[in-house]
Amino acid sequence: MLYDVLIIGAGCTGVMTARLLSAKNVKVAVAEAGPDVAVGATAANSAIVHAGYDAKPGTLKAKLNVRGNRLMKELASTLGVECKGVGSHVVGFGDADLAMLEELLARGRANGVPDLEIIGQDRLRAMEPNISPEATHSLWAPTAAITCPYGITIAAAENAVTNGVDFYFNFRVTDASRAGNIHYITNGEDTLAARYVVNCAGVHSAEVAAILGENDFPITITPRRGEYFILDKAVGNLAHSTLFVCPSDRGKGILVSPTVDGNLIVGPNAYPIGDGDDRSTTAEGLAEITAGARRIMPTVPMNMAITSFAGVRATPNQYDFYLEASKQIPGVVHAVGVESPGFASSPATAEYLVGLLEESGLALTDKPDYIPTRRRDGNHIQWNRLTEEERAAKCRENPAYGKIVCRCETVTEGDLIDMLSAPIPAVTVDMMKKRLRAGMGRCQGGFCSPRVAALIAERTGRGLDEINKSGPGSWLVTKREEG
Amino acid sequence: MAAHKLIIIGGGPAGLSAAVAAVDAGLAPEDILVLERDSEPGGILNQCIHAGFGLHRFGEELTGPEYSGRYIAMARERGIPILCNAMVLSLTDDRRVTFVSPETGYTTVDAEAVILAMGCRERTRGALGIPGTRPSGVYTAGCAQRYINIEGYMPGRRVVILGSGDIGLIMARRMTLEGAKVLAVCEIMPYSGGLARNIVQCLDDFGIPLKLSHTVVQIHGRDRVEGVTVAAVDEANGRRPIPGTEEYFACDTLLLSVGLIPENELTRGAGITLDRMTNGASVNQFRETSAPGIYACGNVLHVHDLVDYVSEEADTAGRAAAARILGNAAPVVRSVKLTTGHGIRYTVPERIDLAEEPEDVRIFFRVTDVFKKVRLTVETAAGAILVNKAKSAAAPGEMESLTIPAAKLREVLASGTEEILVKLTETGGDKS
Amino acid sequence: MTTKELTCVVCPAGCRITVTLNDASAIESIEGYTCLRGKTYAANEVTHPVRTLTSTVPVMTAEGKKMLPVRTNAGIPRESLFEAMKIVRATAVKAPVHTGDILVADFIEPGTNLIACKDFE
Repeated sequence: MLYDVLIIGAGCTGVMTARLLSAKNVKVAVAEAGPDVAVGATAANSAIVHAGYDAKPGTLKAKLNVRGNRLMKELASTLGVECKGVGSHVVGFGDADLAMLEELLARGRANGVPDLEIIGQDRLRAMEPNISPEATHSLWAPTAAITCPYGITIAAAENAVTNGVDFYFNFRVTDASRAGNIHYITNGEDTLAARYVVNCAGVHSAEVAAILGENDFPITITPRRGEYFILDKAVGNLAHSTLFVCPSDRGKGILVSPTVDGNLIVGPNAYPIGDGDDRSTTAEGLAEITAGARRIMPTVPMNMAITSFAGVRATPNQYDFYLEASKQIPGVVHAVGVESPGFASSPATAEYLVGLLEESGLALTDKPDYIPTRRRDGNHIQWNRLTEEERAAKCRENPAYGKIVCRCETVTEGDLIDMLSAPIPAVTVDMMKKRLRAGMGRCQGGFCSPRVAALIAERTGRGLDEINKSGPGSWLVTKREEG
Repeated sequence: MAAHKLIIIGGGPAGLSAAVAAVDAGLAPEDILVLERDSEPGGILNQCIHAGFGLHRFGEELTGPEYSGRYIAMARERGIPILCNAMVLSLTDDRRVTFVSPETGYTTVDAEAVILAMGCRERTRGALGIPGTRPSGVYTAGCAQRYINIEGYMPGRRVVILGSGDIGLIMARRMTLEGAKVLAVCEIMPYSGGLARNIVQCLDDFGIPLKLSHTVVQIHGRDRVEGVTVAAVDEANGRRPIPGTEEYFACDTLLLSVGLIPENELTRGAGITLDRMTNGASVNQFRETSAPGIYACGNVLHVHDLVDYVSEEADTAGRAAAARILGNAAPVVRSVKLTTGHGIRYTVPERIDLAEEPEDVRIFFRVTDVFKKVRLTVETAAGAILVNKAKSAAAPGEMESLTIPAAKLREVLASGTEEILVKLTETGGDKS
Repeated sequence: MTTKELTCVVCPAGCRITVTLNDASAIESIEGYTCLRGKTYAANEVTHPVRTLTSTVPVMTAEGKKMLPVRTNAGIPRESLFEAMKIVRATAVKAPVHTGDILVADFIEPGTNLIACKDFE
């Protein structure tokens, strides 16, 4: 199979690009080092669709964030994914911060962010009763939104597969060669051939650029790790919108925000690390986040934390995203150093990358039979998001929807069975977790994960010892000793 | 909309026992519906295959499945309907129950009485915030227990256990007998949270070290657990890890037995008052919550160490619910509040509703620390002793109880006392 | 004279029992037990400790393979636990099986049986 376009990396940028191309008459593949889409920075970030005031005017970040904000909301609606326009506050503590808020306001207006305003303490407190009494002002950005970054990326990937895109998982690119205008990309075992290659490899994008043959590539990546806590849904309403502190040279600082699923998210810090795949948390980091969150919300109940995690961002040696067609290798387009607001920008970044491919000579025509939804028969909507009447009807139609497997997040057996035959079949515990939230609740899979694993094993005709949590090597159980 | 007189949420030992007691108190079995979320009744006992259940109830030592089997048989003999695979989605304080099951679909019923018997869940790694990677192989002890005892697979081969709760101790033995190597059990407290018998027969028998005042400070491994770092904690400094005491254990599995939390999402949703110490509903001696006609029993109310006491508590709730429905409950004359004094963490009940002719009331409680030689006392605010007993040892891991005799409660009723105090007095010997 | 401090494992009460042995390792006295089972346990524990073994064996049912909980109907010598597990692992049964059914007779010791702890029809 010769692909027209091979995308390396199935994070939000790569998947959004694949999805756009799937509407065109080209054959597209995505090679992903991990076991699923959205396993890197897309899986572990603040889950904010930033409004776009933060980026310096005139940069790609500014342009793509503001457009991405609008496109992300449209995409969520098209794919049946939840996205809530809760807005955001950059919270100022005293007059010293006011200058920064005014600068952000000016940047935002220059970037074309609608409806920005600086509000005073009374209004801020009326909107956010749990905010620190020391907070004096905020930059209110009503267009900021929250969604599930991996949820919408999975939905976009399903939409892409429905329209003919092939995904190759556990495919870590180790070498590349070129013959004529064909690129051969290999993981050491299998080789994929394509006329165009898009490097969306996130924290590994500079390494991939080198593998593709770039000499003196201008961008280097310093992986920067950020740690987070997720708090129980019982306290998810303590913040009504995303609460930032004033940004510094280390990023946007520690925020407190509701999540689209009703939890409270707290984090991140930001520390450079050597290994881009090191997503471990540290005692010091988690303590720092606790302290940071208390600055915004002194009463934040950290004892209600249900989990903590870390994400790794691809911080480049320049301010802006590096989105360029290769100057050395024809047919290669790079998306390197896509850090925050990389997720919020991703639908617009995808448009930009498709534009670069066209400029590089890729001819694109519309596919007449393009399907705009996740599946041929529409969007999959989970049982717990249906109305009472719809739930009742679904149970009558198929009793499997009447059996709850994950009690914390109300996931039914019917939902799980459905995901086994999705465009990207969910065959690991984590795939089910990311698609349906089974195991994401307060018991963290204590109840449902053995049941989910057993269902996958039964339905795929495998032993439980052959089911993984996520990638190869993440086995759950072994066989009992015999005799 | 269907009407059921008594809905029991949970078909484990508490729910089944309550149902049996309600029928034995005169309620028609067809007026009862037990809702069980699993595919069979019995609750968590189905996976607790170890022995030690039923010495009080049945005078013999049974395994979990045998104990629940007896209650399943009693419920069946009485013709009590049990609906399996049924999950309750919501409950209101006026006893409207919405549930879903493959058999009945999406259903709402109004009940005259509801008994909450949902049990508890395990505390997780996330709640502890153990730093490190997030590989597979980090299991709550109960989750691992399900893999081994219900699914028939081994959750790992080289194991470290954090927390010396009973399930963790039981799993240490179970996995050792199945050929796994249990390297250590770490307990952050200076004493075990499990029963002494389990330390002996689950750890000592197999030479498994119990590391008191130690905790896991880091989890290692990308795909599967590759090891954990254990450190001693400083008792005097908020049990923070002591730098320099770190020890690395190469293992593929970390089991957590770090506490149980009553499963009170429905209770909270109904606006029922919860007790801050137990995380269960605040109840009177009939186990009636702040919502009239809604009762709670078993581990959803407070975490028990013995299922025998769960059954006893469930009997109380079942009889009271039946009395409410049958209209033969004795009217309450006055309520007396129970308060905790020195050395007492909580009591259940928290309130005694006195009728004209009070009956004996058994008070369950846990102590705050490990003590040697104590006297446990229930007395009135004025210092009149209602009941007391001496014990050679008391520990938070073991539930205590004292029964206030009816005669003493008559005196309480007559005296006008509004508060009863439960306290512990140290009577010599060192606090350990 | 030696004394041994034991924690009784007969029931969850976990009584602390003191056994005094004379120089010939015979029991001189037993103190601290609160029931006769405890006294017997303590006497056994210092001479030949026994344990109830519980485990699971596969059972074939109409719905496929399930795990049947099993136990010994009496204590077996503590040092035989691993040997006993070998027999358990070699045991598999077919439904129907009922609580109390003897799966392996004379298990480890004559008169001791491995019995089923659950019903599978």
